[in-house]
Amino acid sequence: MTYAVAFQDLSLGYDRLPAVQNLDSQITEGSLTAIVGPNGAGKSTLLKGVIGTLAPLGGRLSLGTLARDDIAYLPQQSDIDRSFPLSVVDLVALGLWREIGAFGSLSRASRQRVAEAISAVGLEGFETRPIGSLSGGQMQRALFARLLLQDARLVLLDEPFTAIDTKTMADLLAVVQRWHGEGRTVVAVLHDIDTVRAYFPETLLLARELVAHGPTAEVLTAENQFRARQMCEACAGPPHTCGRSAA
Amino acid sequence: MIWEALVQPFADFGFMRRALLGCIAISVGATPVGVFLMLRRMSLTGDAMAHAILPGAAVGYLIAGLSLGAMTIGGLIAGMAVALLSGFVARATALREDASLAAFYLISLAVGVLIVSTRGSNVDLMHVLFGTVLALNDAALILLCSIASLTVLTLAGLFRPLVLECADPMFLRSVSGLSAVTHFTFLTLVVLNLVGGFHALGTLMAVGIMILPAAAARFWVASIGRLIAVAMAVAIVSSVIGLLLSYHFSLPSGPAIILVAGFLYGLSLLLGPVGGLAARALPRPPLET
Repeated sequence: MTYAVAFQDLSLGYDRLPAVQNLDSQITEGSLTAIVGPNGAGKSTLLKGVIGTLAPLGGRLSLGTLARDDIAYLPQQSDIDRSFPLSVVDLVALGLWREIGAFGSLSRASRQRVAEAISAVGLEGFETRPIGSLSGGQMQRALFARLLLQDARLVLLDEPFTAIDTKTMADLLAVVQRWHGEGRTVVAVLHDIDTVRAYFPETLLLARELVAHGPTAEVLTAENQFRARQMCEACAGPPHTCGRSAA
Repeated sequence: MIWEALVQPFADFGFMRRALLGCIAISVGATPVGVFLMLRRMSLTGDAMAHAILPGAAVGYLIAGLSLGAMTIGGLIAGMAVALLSGFVARATALREDASLAAFYLISLAVGVLIVSTRGSNVDLMHVLFGTVLALNDAALILLCSIASLTVLTLAGLFRPLVLECADPMFLRSVSGLSAVTHFTFLTLVVLNLVGGFHALGTLMAVGIMILPAAAARFWVASIGRLIAVAMAVAIVSSVIGLLLSYHFSLPSGPAIILVAGFLYGLSLLLGPVGGLAARALPRPPLET
């Protein structure tokens, strides 16, 4: 089975302090994978490594047959400045970056695709609204519309269902499952274990180091989750002692 | 009467027309930069950079006297050095960019004041600090118009990545390698416009025409294109009224222009429909069902 992303003894971090250490694993192409772990486990850091905004401190991260343009990334909402005067349609249209780049203009056909993406996430009528006036759920729908336009083979979602209502979550989960059905690789950082068990066949449990990776039922055992918590509690100490000492 | 008050000073005197053209050029170039500084929450960075260019201008003055070219190049070198050094320190050490920028601009400012005050006269110091908008010559006007043109063209080219760098920098980094280029090109535009502005308004006032119109515009409109247009209009109106006040009441022109911009900012703060004090005090319409 081919891989979409492979980690070989990978360490990632900030200011030379590792947030992810010695990770060895592979995300299978076409899989639907949840990344779970306690706070500070390095989940978001791992996604930033995959999109290339963090260079490895050690080891390797391979993208197999994927190019940078094949990856779409949903940042955490807290990474977005919602006070910036940007309308929904302008935000969503940025999903066409691969086609229009930094300088191209939107054709009539492109505008139609933007409208269809907005409609697909249930945001018709919100096109000209500033993003600052949207609720958390509406904002997440707009960001999913942008992802739809990116039409990527690998979709990375950083906490996509945090602080949104149940109906929005169900709608967005349907989009995620459709991507999976289309053969795309989807990787999502999640906190809600029930959602992971219900919708994500694969799970990577992280506590700065790999705890387990495989079918969700085999990974999310009480023992593994306890071990992940212990490893992250050990991370409260000096970074170089984290994880390994508690494992 | 109105003609005499508003038009005749510009019709009769070449130095007033030159001052007006210089101020319009600064308004066109500097205010869009100010809008992005404000939206990136970097308004005080503009102020810091304005101080940082002082020693470069002073060294230029020491070498070549009141030479436009030498002071411009000196200011550019000093401004870019502070911008790049503070960026490098922020990336290479534990110090954040705001703290490293503050450290470098304060050192830079102290060096500049020391040079000007020990080697120049009070008149030179006043020229560098407060500009000479009523004494702009052809070369200065060409410089200001060139900087405005270059700024508008660069911003037009970099508009989309700059918007993303402000609103959603992680997304920009995920789709493009333009993030660092955008950041440093933008900082170059900030320095360039401050250096242009200091010939007319001085190092301390140049940042005023950048930030005050942008802050005023924020209370009137809510889209980026309109923000830039309104900010430019506020800057141009401030320039015209400031120059007229300066002419009729023998006031220093730079502070007069900035104070008019400040007055328009105060007015916008009170009456602006987008988050102004009056708009917030008024009862909201009932929610739609």
